[in-house]
Amino acid sequence: MADPMRIRAQASGGKATVRVLMSHEMESGQRKDAAGKLVPAWFIQEVTATLNGKPVLSAEWGPAVSKNPFMQFAIKGAKSGDKVAVTWKDNKGDTRTDEATVS
Amino acid sequence: MKTASTLCAAAAFALCTLPALAQKTASQGIDEYRAMLQDGNPAELFEAKGEDLWKKARGPKNATLEKCDLGKGPGVVKGVFVELPRYFSDTQRVQDLESRLLTCMETLQGFNVAEIAKTPFGKGEQNNVTALAAWISAESKDMKFNLSQAHATEKNFYEVGKRLFFQRGGPHDFSCASCHGEDGKRIRLQDLPNLTKNPGDGIGFAAWPAYRVSNGQMWGMQQRLNDCYRQQRFPYPGFASDATIALGVYLGVNSKGAKSIAPAIKR
Repeated sequence: MADPMRIRAQASGGKATVRVLMSHEMESGQRKDAAGKLVPAWFIQEVTATLNGKPVLSAEWGPAVSKNPFMQFAIKGAKSGDKVAVTWKDNKGDTRTDEATVS
Repeated sequence: MKTASTLCAAAAFALCTLPALAQKTASQGIDEYRAMLQDGNPAELFEAKGEDLWKKARGPKNATLEKCDLGKGPGVVKGVFVELPRYFSDTQRVQDLESRLLTCMETLQGFNVAEIAKTPFGKGEQNNVTALAAWISAESKDMKFNLSQAHATEKNFYEVGKRLFFQRGGPHDFSCASCHGEDGKRIRLQDLPNLTKNPGDGIGFAAWPAYRVSNGQMWGMQQRLNDCYRQQRFPYPGFASDATIALGVYLGVNSKGAKSIAPAIKR
């Protein structure tokens, strides 16, 4: 199981700013290991976010995104107490979902 | 400068902002880049891992580290980081955070710490020691360094650390002081703090452990010192060896009063 994400969501002025830190190797598939063999690609492919269960964001990511990626976005109309959930899925089929409450 | 401002006064405001941007120095650009990184410091991921490790029963003795004494009594984590390295009466040694963690992992959890000390950085249990150090340092964020010099051994370590700092050697005849002994030096775009005095809040000793964006690695102070020696082409000092701890005492005592920002984020 992958390590948990860190999600912070703060409401102000009719929108909530969500900051997400994901723990992932994001291996590009271009690097070689000490033995000269290609390190297989391993990266997050799909990112989705929901507000109280309703989808608000979906993104397709590729191998160019950095290791331990940081993502920030704003949700219009989100209030304090709302639940924001973020899910990622990588190219090995591993997935992780974490939830945070808007403050 | 003078002609630029005269031109600016004559031209429309929107046009004036452009030359101002172009005049930005490289170090200002780097500062902006660093400010952008501050928001999502992946060191937080290591903090979370370290906190879990602290509370998790592990090792041959299947015990947690919650009874570990880091200097302020068993289990106390808050505020210990800014007083390390210090003398511990149970081991009769001056220890820094990472060597003290090894002691606890040996006595409480039954790990073979000689084996861990020999493990290369970034592998196996070394990763766990770094994560623990990241969390413990975070618990003292914004506190001021205040290392004890009350014990004779602590004073001794300071003097040894000072000598090591100025000791030249290796194929380049380098010492720590070659890079960190004067104000206003830099390597490429990295400002080099003057570590012979207090370099200021969150600089030098007060900024490690830190996450390095360029290689995606979390580094503790031990690895930082190890890398300094690598750059000097010295043989690697042993992990948690007295030499590295003595250097830590020298840097830590010099940083007295500086605010800790660890775990920091670096280029």
